[in-house]
Parts: sequence; C-alpha cells; structure tokens
Amino acid sequence: MKMPEPDKAVLARRPEIAAALAKIVPGDGGVIVDPDELRPYESDGLTAYRQPPMLAVLPETTEQVCSILRYCHENDIKVVPRGSGTSLSGGALPLADGVLLGMSRFNRILEIDYANRCVIAQPGVTNLGITKAVEHEGFYYAPDPSSQIACSIGGNIAENSGGVHCLKYGLTTNNVLGLELVLIDGEIIRVGGKHLDADGYDLLGVLTGSEGLLGVVTEVTVRILRSPETVRAMLAGFPTNEQAGDCVARIIGAGIIPGGMEMMDRLAIRAAEEFAKAGYPLDVEALLIIELDGPEEEVDDLIDRVARIATDTGASTIRVSESDAEREAFWAGRKAAFPAVGRISPDYYCMDGTIPRRRLPDVLRRIRELSEQYGLRVANVFHAGDGNMHPLILYDANVSGELEKAEAFGAEILKLCVEVGGVLTGEHGVGVEKRDLMPEMFSKEDLDQQQRVKCAFDPASLLNPGKMFPELHRCAELGRVHVHRGKLPFPDIPRF
Amino acid sequence: MSETFRPENAEQLRDVLAWAASESKRLEIVGSGSKRALGRPVMADHSVELGALAGISLYEPDELVLSAGPSTPLTEIETVLAEKKQQLEFEPPDYGPVLAAASGAAGGAPDKPNPQSGTLGGVLACNLSGPRRVKGGAARDHFLGFTAVSGHGTIFKSGGRVVKNVTGYDLSKLMAGSWGTLAVTTGVTIKVLPAPEKRRTVLLFGGDPALGGRALSMAMNSPYDVSAAAWLSASLAAQSPVDLVSAQKASVAAVRIEGFGPSVAYRCKVLREQLGALGPTEELHSANSIRFWREIRDVMPFAGPGDDRLIWRISVPPAAGPGIVTALAGEDGADAFLDWGGGLVWLAVPPGADAREEPVRAAVGRAGGHATLFRAPAELRGRVPVFQPQEAAKAALTARIKAAFDPAGILNPGRMYAEF
Repeated sequence: MKMPEPDKAVLARRPEIAAALAKIVPGDGGVIVDPDELRPYESDGLTAYRQPPMLAVLPETTEQVCSILRYCHENDIKVVPRGSGTSLSGGALPLADGVLLGMSRFNRILEIDYANRCVIAQPGVTNLGITKAVEHEGFYYAPDPSSQIACSIGGNIAENSGGVHCLKYGLTTNNVLGLELVLIDGEIIRVGGKHLDADGYDLLGVLTGSEGLLGVVTEVTVRILRSPETVRAMLAGFPTNEQAGDCVARIIGAGIIPGGMEMMDRLAIRAAEEFAKAGYPLDVEALLIIELDGPEEEVDDLIDRVARIATDTGASTIRVSESDAEREAFWAGRKAAFPAVGRISPDYYCMDGTIPRRRLPDVLRRIRELSEQYGLRVANVFHAGDGNMHPLILYDANVSGELEKAEAFGAEILKLCVEVGGVLTGEHGVGVEKRDLMPEMFSKEDLDQQQRVKCAFDPASLLNPGKMFPELHRCAELGRVHVHRGKLPFPDIPRF
Repeated sequence: MSETFRPENAEQLRDVLAWAASESKRLEIVGSGSKRALGRPVMADHSVELGALAGISLYEPDELVLSAGPSTPLTEIETVLAEKKQQLEFEPPDYGPVLAAASGAAGGAPDKPNPQSGTLGGVLACNLSGPRRVKGGAARDHFLGFTAVSGHGTIFKSGGRVVKNVTGYDLSKLMAGSWGTLAVTTGVTIKVLPAPEKRRTVLLFGGDPALGGRALSMAMNSPYDVSAAAWLSASLAAQSPVDLVSAQKASVAAVRIEGFGPSVAYRCKVLREQLGALGPTEELHSANSIRFWREIRDVMPFAGPGDDRLIWRISVPPAAGPGIVTALAGEDGADAFLDWGGGLVWLAVPPGADAREEPVRAAVGRAGGHATLFRAPAELRGRVPVFQPQEAAKAALTARIKAAFDPAGILNPGRMYAEF
C-alpha cells in the first residue's frame, strides 16, 4: 500500500513540532515522542498495515484541538485523527511525517436529556458507554457495531458505523443529531443540536462517514431510543443458501423488518459453534438468526409469521428463544464469529461489500469458485437483511505470499460486489484498504466531485491524506471552470 | 431574453449546464414547479425544466429499493408502492394547497391525491418530511444514491442502490436539502419500506400547550413506537375535517400508532390508559386517522381559503416546542400547532413587513434550532432571510461547498441565501 511520500523537511523539524504541541497540551502524556510509547498507535483494527506516527498528541479540550490544527495548518503538517483505533479499513493508520491526533481523553458524557431523547457526549466515549449511561432509564443507543465495547462514538461518526440492528434502526448517520467540529484551520463549526434536521446544507450527513478527512469532531449529540419491551430471536437452519436467501426475501416481502437478520454459511457456523457452543445445528448449509422486538403481543405474532415463512422456504431446523439467556446464546456464536474463525486459521482477512440481496446465492457460488482458485478457505457471515457481506478469507501470514494472495482474493470479491450492483464497503470504510479499488465503483468525474468536497473543508489536504482517494488532485485544478465560449452548442434541446 | 430549456436526457442537461457555466448564465431548476413559492425567490436568466427526466426505472419490492427520474410525480410513486403494500417512510408532504391558500386559490381536496403535489426529485432536493419523521427519519435518510449534473457541467454519481454503503462521502445527504443549488439530479434511488397493516390515533383533549407537550413527550418516551405525535390549539382543532376532533371544542394532542394488528391494538390500549390520566381521550381508526395526519402533514390548518397569514416552520428540541407556542402564538391572530412530538412548530402570524422575524429568531436562539419563513409573498422572502442565518465560519464553509459543486453560481441563485 503506497502512502504519500514523507516530507523530509517536516521530519527534520520533529523536536520543534513536539515542543510547540507540548505548549498547547502541557502535562504528562500530552505529547508522545518515545518510539516505544508510539507503538500502540502504529496500526488500527487493520493490523496488516503498520506505521508509527512522527508523534502523537492527546488533547483534552476543544480549544487545544483548535490550536493543534491551526498550528499544523500554518506549518503544513499532516494530521491523522484517531478514536479508539478499531477501524477495519486502516482509517487511523498513521503517517511517518504526520501528527497522530488521539481523541481518547475526550471521554465524558456531557449531558443526558431524556425529555429530548438525546445524549451529548465527547467523541472518545465508547459506543456502548452511551447505552450504559441511559439503560437504567430504559433507553439505548441503537447502532451497535460489533466493536461497541471499544469503539468510540467519534470513530462511529467518522466511519458511519452500522451493526446488526441497523436494518430496523439505521446506521450512525440516521442517529446523529448534532456535532461540534474543528476544521483544519482551527475554526469551530456547530452543526445541528437537539432538534431534527439541521439547517443549511446537510453537513451532518456528509461528515458522517467522511473517515477523518474533513474535520475533527469534538462533541456529538445522538438520539436515544426507548428499549423495546420484548426481544426474541429465532434460529432457522437451511439445507441450501438459496433457501435461506429466499426466506429473507419473503420475510421482508411480508412487510416484516426484523430488529436483526443475520446469516452464516457452513464454515462460519462450525467455527462459531466450536468456539461459543451456541447450540447451532451443524447439518445445515446456512443459518439465519432473526431477532424481533417490540411489545410482547407484536413479537409473538411476528415470530409465528416468520416461523411459517421459514417452514415454507424449507428450513430444516427452527428454534425460538424462550428466555433472554437463550437469545443471548443464539447471538453469542454470531458475535464471536470473527475470533472463532481466528481459531481455525492463523490469520483472516475480513471483507465488507454490500450487494443487492437477491444476488446472494450467485455471489456465494462465485466466492466458492474463487476460493478454490486461490486455494484459500472463506467463511461467510452476512447482515442478510441489508445485503452487507463479511466474507472472512483464511490465510497464514507466515507463509510467504499468502497475505498478498488473500488481498488479491479480497479485491476480486469486492469487484464482484460492484459488478452485481453493490458497493465496496457497507460499514468498515474505504480507508487505505479499499482506496485503490475506488475506481472500480466510481468514474474520474465521480471521484473529482468527492475531492472537491474535501477541498471545501481542507484545501491543503492535511487531514488524513492517503485515505479514501486513490490519487490526490490539487484543489486549484479541480476548482477550475472550463470555459468554452460560443453559441449555444446544443441546437437539438427543446427550448421554449 | 429568458428561455426555457427542456432537456430530454442527462447529456442534454449537461450541455445546458456546461454552456451556462461557461457564459455565467443563471438558471432556475424546475421539476413540476410545485415548490416555487418556497425558499428565497430565484434570480435567474433562464429556466431548465426537468419534466422529461421522469419515470420509475427500477422497483424491487423485496429489496426495498426504487429508482426514478427526478421529475417522476410523487403520486405515481406512491401508487406503484401501494400496489405492493409499501410506502415512502418519510411521508412526503403536499404543500400545494397551503402555499396556494394565501393567493386565494382553491385549497384542494385533502382526501384525494393531488397530481400537482410535486416530484420525487423536488421533495428530496428540499428534504421535506411529514409527521413520521420522528420514527422513520427524514427524506435524506432514505436517499441512497443519484446521478446528477454539477454546476461544472459534469455528470457524476454518488452512493448506490443498497442501504449499507460507506463508499466515499455520502453526497446524497448534501444534495438533500440543497434546494437545487449544488447539482441537478438526473436519476435518484431511494429506500422504500412496508406500509403498516393498521393505523390508529389516540387523542387527548384539552389543556394548554404545556400539557399537550407533556402528552407528546409521554408518548414519545414510551416503548410503543409512536409514528407521529402532534398538538393542535383549540382554534385549529375546531376547524378539523375529522368530526371526532372538531366536536370537542378543545385543544388536542394526537399520537399515531402503526403496525401489525394485534400490536396496534395493544399499544393503543396502553397509551390511551396512560394519556387518560391527563384528560378525556378518544381514538381514530383507519380512514379518520389517515385524514387527520394528512391535514397535519400538509399544514392544512393554515390552508383555509384566503388565509394570508405568514407561516414560520420552526425546528427546535421537542421539549421546547410548547414554550415557543406560548411565547409566539395565541394573540392578535397568531396561531400555532406542533408536529414531530413537539419539535416542529408551525406558526402563523398576521401579514406584516417584518414577518415578526425578530421574536421568532430570538425564541429559536434560546431554544436551539432553526426557523424557516415558509409562506410569505415573494417580496418578503427576498428581504427577510428565509432560512436560519448562519454564523460566519459556517456561512463561509457553506459558500465553499456551494463553489465545490457550482463555482460559477449558475444553479438556483438566491434560492437559499442572498450570497449565492
């Protein structure tokens, strides 16, 4: 993975930069320069890529963030923002000549407002931390990425994180009400608040999922929901992937949007069962976990309807949770799928494409063919309701060339997703990982327009460069209006 | 001389925009023209009508996705969805009657679909959402992807046809609510959802805005998945075409429950018991419930024939809504109702040169949120800021984003802000 060439002049000024930043963030641990202490920051959840930053700075206040960014802007120094470092796409991968801006000290919940059903938090608060702060009053924060114990709400904004419940309750972008943001020049922008639909251009919408390229979030207002009265889950095992896919389509066709609807293939089922002893059937090709939530009357009614659909589409096993403990056991296997696969293989590489759901059997078949071609096994877990696939490619990094083989295999899977009408990434982000695949999905014109948005926020491209875009154009070049003076060049267009 | 261009495809639209950018010709972008009376008046040299860019190109009910040309009438989309028992979850409003009322035109028949109710591209461009906003999200939350021509005169796309997609910046969000000032869509893809099997509404009568607010809050904070929560003053409730509402001669708080039969029955029963502690209650079933919420959605309480009051649309934290009503309505011809669980205040004030902008902005400033001058004569909309004025840093960023899409400023100049 090629990253921007480190700037030798900046590297030479490292002591001076460290001293300047230490003035902004005084005290122990404000600025980190020691190579050993920098090591924890050298990669994020995508551990295949490692690069220690030039130095790390850990501010505590919005004012400090402003001063740091203003200093870096004035001195032409690159900045990589980082939350908890759980990105699976290398979104927080440092740069050799860049300042790593760690937001972990922004770890306080500032306000809980039940009357307006929202929480204001600093960006370093964990995703689960928000739910934990309000669950005693019967509320929760809906998006639940599987890293929710560790991942930060600021990171969730950067990546527009999803989770198993986003089919019914939306992604991060659908649950954020307001942000405080610092631009690279140190300006503070406040967007939205406790009200719905922020005014002006939808900055909330474009900032959510912008992967740390547009600004640094210093405060977040999210919507909280009242917890449902009842939650029950069903396991449905199928002899074929086609039947499981058909079941999913018919559930949605019947007007039912389950709280969660997950699918696993044979290898994933086996790995998860061995690891978590969830009680999964081992004689099936595909397993669905379908969760329904709401008042008891509704859940009982829908469980019956869903069970009938599963039977009609050929389920060989159907089990319904009779207690919260049993429901959690159903989920334990799915939630442990990644570590479980980690036990049956020295390494695995997790993909994240989304496809139109009806193409699932076809795409799974082609992944199997690729698997044979590359000689690497694949376990599939799948957010079945919304078409987001997580094929896990099993490989051994100690075998020379296997990582490269796994990456090439992964790229082919993502190209396949795009080919059938899907996208490169459903919830993990582009980062460095999928950066060079962007042209598979977007034309030059598409990418140019995205970069013009980047230019509106960060014209010198100092924030998280090397991520998302395969090549960086100069903003001046992108902003030019092409002039071709003359008469109306389109005599055929109807005019009145 | 002003001309009207009617491009028949994306390439022709691109040619028009590229020419306009090159010649600095300002263009008004028009779908069906149903929202011309919204926003600031556009100052344009020519207009571009998108009528030919219409029609549903893809609808896959079990994938919950639909693609169409921007000028596809909303009524056409809603009809096609209804055949598969699906709907636009954000409940797009039809502001035709309320915008026309002031000019004395007929108010339109509220029970019948209105062929002039606008286009899909229009409702997305203005990010307009109805009462279900509180549960199902706004128009922008269902906008998955698009192709468009930018002010650079370039065709580009963003997003896709799947719900879960974080590939690149989410430009659909930026397009939603940009009022045609960034780019002109040539095709849009949206998420659709199943329509509810049953709908009912629990009503609570009487009390001041604060009590109404308490009722809405109680409902919204319950686990009963309320799909809409509104409050009408006694004077507005008295005009309701739903007899059960108008007969009481009292203010009314209304809470809508939608979903599967057994669930709706249960949730209504519990909510009615709980709201019963605050006053007398009633229940609206299917047809009456639909009629009541269409009135709220379309701001019909202010669409009476000849109602020439100015209307503000105010978005605030839900708990602040009742206070805004008390502060700004109830006297000298001003009136108000609440939607979005209290978070959306529809305020009508008597005609006047200042549109009462100062007290409105001051109240919003205290509560947090924003106010839009929703209905006013063009002259007033050109003079009083229609949208919430922005602080300097945000206004500068907004101008840079505008320039990133439309550097020559050719698209709908003046529609959102006087500066562009």
